[in-house]
Amino acid sequence: MSKIRVLHYINQFFGGIGGEEKADVPPSLREGKVGPGMAIQGAFRDEAEVVSTIICGDSYFNENLDEAKAQILQMVKDVNPDLFIAGPAFNAGRYGVACATIAAAVKEELGIPAITAMYEENPGVDLFRKQLEIVKTANSAAGMRDAVNNLVPLALKLARGEEVLGPEEEGYFPRGIRVNYFAEERGSARAVDMLLKKIKGEDFETEYPMPVFDRVDPAAPLKDLASATIALVTSGGIVPKGNPDHIESSNASKYGSYSLEGFNDLTSETHETAHGGYDPVYANQDPDRVLPVDVLREMEAAGEIGKLHNMFYTTVGNGTAVASAKKFASEIAQKLLSAGVDAVILTST
Amino acid sequence: MRLELGIINITDVQLGPSAAIKDGTLYVDSDALVAHLLENEERLVDVKVHLARPGESVRITPVKDVIEPRIKVDSEAEVFPGTVSKVLPVGSGRTHVLRGAAVVTIGKIVGFQEGIVDMCGPGADYTPFSQLNNVVLEFVLQEGLPAHDREQALRFSGLRAAKFLAEPAKDMEPDEITTYETLPLMEGVKRYPDLPRVAYLQMLQSQGLLHDTYVYGVDAKQILPTLIHPTELMDGAIISGNCVSACDKNTTYHHQNNPVVADLFAKHGEELQFVGVIITNENVFLDDKIRSSDWSAKLAEYLSLDGIIISQEGFGNPDTDLILNAKKIEALGIPTVIITDEYAGTDGASQSLADADPSADAVVTGGNANEIVILPKLDRVIGDINVVTVIAGGSDKALREDGSLEVELQAITGATNELGFGKLTTKGY
Repeated sequence: MSKIRVLHYINQFFGGIGGEEKADVPPSLREGKVGPGMAIQGAFRDEAEVVSTIICGDSYFNENLDEAKAQILQMVKDVNPDLFIAGPAFNAGRYGVACATIAAAVKEELGIPAITAMYEENPGVDLFRKQLEIVKTANSAAGMRDAVNNLVPLALKLARGEEVLGPEEEGYFPRGIRVNYFAEERGSARAVDMLLKKIKGEDFETEYPMPVFDRVDPAAPLKDLASATIALVTSGGIVPKGNPDHIESSNASKYGSYSLEGFNDLTSETHETAHGGYDPVYANQDPDRVLPVDVLREMEAAGEIGKLHNMFYTTVGNGTAVASAKKFASEIAQKLLSAGVDAVILTST
Repeated sequence: MRLELGIINITDVQLGPSAAIKDGTLYVDSDALVAHLLENEERLVDVKVHLARPGESVRITPVKDVIEPRIKVDSEAEVFPGTVSKVLPVGSGRTHVLRGAAVVTIGKIVGFQEGIVDMCGPGADYTPFSQLNNVVLEFVLQEGLPAHDREQALRFSGLRAAKFLAEPAKDMEPDEITTYETLPLMEGVKRYPDLPRVAYLQMLQSQGLLHDTYVYGVDAKQILPTLIHPTELMDGAIISGNCVSACDKNTTYHHQNNPVVADLFAKHGEELQFVGVIITNENVFLDDKIRSSDWSAKLAEYLSLDGIIISQEGFGNPDTDLILNAKKIEALGIPTVIITDEYAGTDGASQSLADADPSADAVVTGGNANEIVILPKLDRVIGDINVVTVIAGGSDKALREDGSLEVELQAITGATNELGFGKLTTKGY
C-alpha cells in the first residue's frame, strides 16, 4: 500500500509566522511539514507522509469564515490528500473553532477523512463533536507529545477506513452517536444486576446517560388577532386522502405542504392521517380533530382572526428523529415567514 | 401464590391427521383448529394455517401477535382469563407450556403498525420468534368491519388457537417442572429479613387501537396502577392488543415469558426478595399520566421497597410516563433501573428519548429502533409483503427491486423489546 498522504492545518503561531499581531494572515499552502507537523510525521513513521501544510491566522479564519473556508477547501481539493489533520489546538479557543470547522467541512464537503484534537473546554469541542472525532488533549502545548500519540493511531484508522472503537478506547470526545450491538446478557438480566449494584451503593454504568434538553421560550402574544394570518402546522400526520407524498408512518423523512383553498371542513372523503403512532380511527373519521380547519374557517368568517393561511404543513411525529424535525421546522418556518404568516397553531396527535 | 410450570419441549411442528404431541413434534389438526376458530368468532370468514420453522427461508408479515400455547391442568381456571376464558384467578396450580412453539397471527393490516418476522438470515437475529416452531394463522375477516372490531376478532382468535393447540399437553408428563412462588407480604419479610426488597413496575401500552393491553380482560386504559402476582402473568392474565412499531411492543408471548419476572425469580431468595409486580398504564392524557405515576410511586412506598425495575412499552408519548415514574419513585429514595429503547435517528445522532430527568441515572436500553437493516429476499412470504411500504419502520423505498427489504429495526417484531427480552443494546460513540 502506498503511503497515506496527509494535509496538515495549523495557525499562524504554530506555523512560525507570529503571535496575535499576525493573527489576520490569510491562508497559505506550504510544501511538507511545519511546526507540530514534525512530531506528527515522527509518529507516523513510514505509514504516512505530511505532504503539505496550510497555515492560517486565527482572526482571519474566524472573521472571514465563509471566505476562509472556501479558500482552504480549494487548497485541500488541489492537494487531494488521503487524510486531513487540523491542530492540535489545546485550549486556544479561536484556533480550536477553526480546526474543528475546517476539519468538519473537509469531511462533509469533500468526503476526505478529517480529524482534530483539543482540550475539553475548547469551544470547538461542543460545536463540532457530533460531526467528527476530536481527540482529547491537555490544555497547553506542553501536552503536544501525548496529543500526537493519541491522534495519530486514530487518524490512520480513519484514513484506512478501519473500524473506529468507542470514545473511551480511542480517546476522542463522545460524539453522541448511538450504535447498536448485541450484549452478552439479555436486557432484563443487565437491569437486575444494575439494580443490585445501585442498591448496594456500588459503581454502575448506565447504558444511556440522560441528555439535557433544549428549552424554547414561547413567542410573544399577538397584538391583534382580528388582522392576523394564522397557519396550521401538524405532526399528527393529516394528509390529503391517499398520502400522495408517501410520508412514512414512523420516523418521517419528509413533510408535506398542501393547499387549504376551498376547504371549509376536512372529511374522511378528503383527508386522512398517515401517522402510525396513535389510534387513527377518530382522526380518519374527522381530520379536523387533528387539523382544526373547520373551527378556523368559522373564526375567519366571524372576523375573529384575519384569515387562515391557504397552505398547511404536515408530517408524522412518530419516532421521528429530532434532527429531521429541526430541519423540517426551519424550512417550514422560512416558508411561513415569507408568506407573511403572523402566527401558527401547532397540533400534535 | 405458587405456580408450577411444566415445560414440554417442542422441536418441530407438522400438520397431522389429528392433534398430538409426540417426541417433541406438535401435530396440528388444521381442519379442527379452523373449525374451532370459525365456530367461536362470527366475524371470521376464513383462516389459513401455515407453518414456519427456525432456519426456513420464510418471511411473515404483517404480524400482530405471538402467543405461546399453554394449558392449565388442574384447575377450573384457564389461561387468558377475562378474554377467551372465564374470569377466574390464575397464577397457581400447574400450567403446561409448549416451549418452542407459538401461534403467530397475521391478516389484512389493521393499522400501520404490524411487524415482520424472518425465520432465517440477518432479520432472524433481531426477533426471538425466529427460534420457534410457528403455527401462523392468516385470518380473513368480514368486509367492512370497523378497525376496532377487526383488531378484537384477530386478537381473540389467536388466543383461542393457542389454548386449542395446547390441549394435547394436558395429560402429558412434562420434560421439566419449575416452581415459582410469591409469599404473602409479611411472610416474605420474615423469610428473607436481610435481602433487599425488589419489585417490578411494568408499564402497559394503553394509547388506543393497536396500542392496547388487557388485564383479565380489562382495557389497561381503565385501570389504576395495581398489584399482580408474577405467576398470573405466566397464565396469560395480561394479553397484548398492540403491535404498533412492532420492535418494542410486548406480544402476548412476551407477557407469558416476562424476562424481568424470570430474572428476578432467578435471584429471589439469594440476592434479593422479589416482592411482586405493579402494573400501570401509558394513557395519552396528561391527567392520567400524573395520576398513574403518582399511584405507582405510592404503591412502591407502600411495599417498603429497596429497589424497583421499571419497564416501558413503546416510545415517544410513553417516554413521559417512564420519566414521571422514575422521577417520583427516586424522589422517595427508592433506587430505580429503567428499561427503554431509543429513537436516535437512522444516523444515531439525535436524542434518544422524548423526555429526560437526571434522577433516571440507571438505564438499560434495547437498542436504536431507527437503525436501518437490509433483509435479503427469502423464498416464501406468509402474509403480504407489500405492507412493508406502510408499516412503522417501512417507507416507500422499503421494498427493493431485487426483493430485499430496507427497513428500520422498528419494523421487526420484538427487535428492541423493552422488557429486556433480547440482547440488543446501544453504546455511545
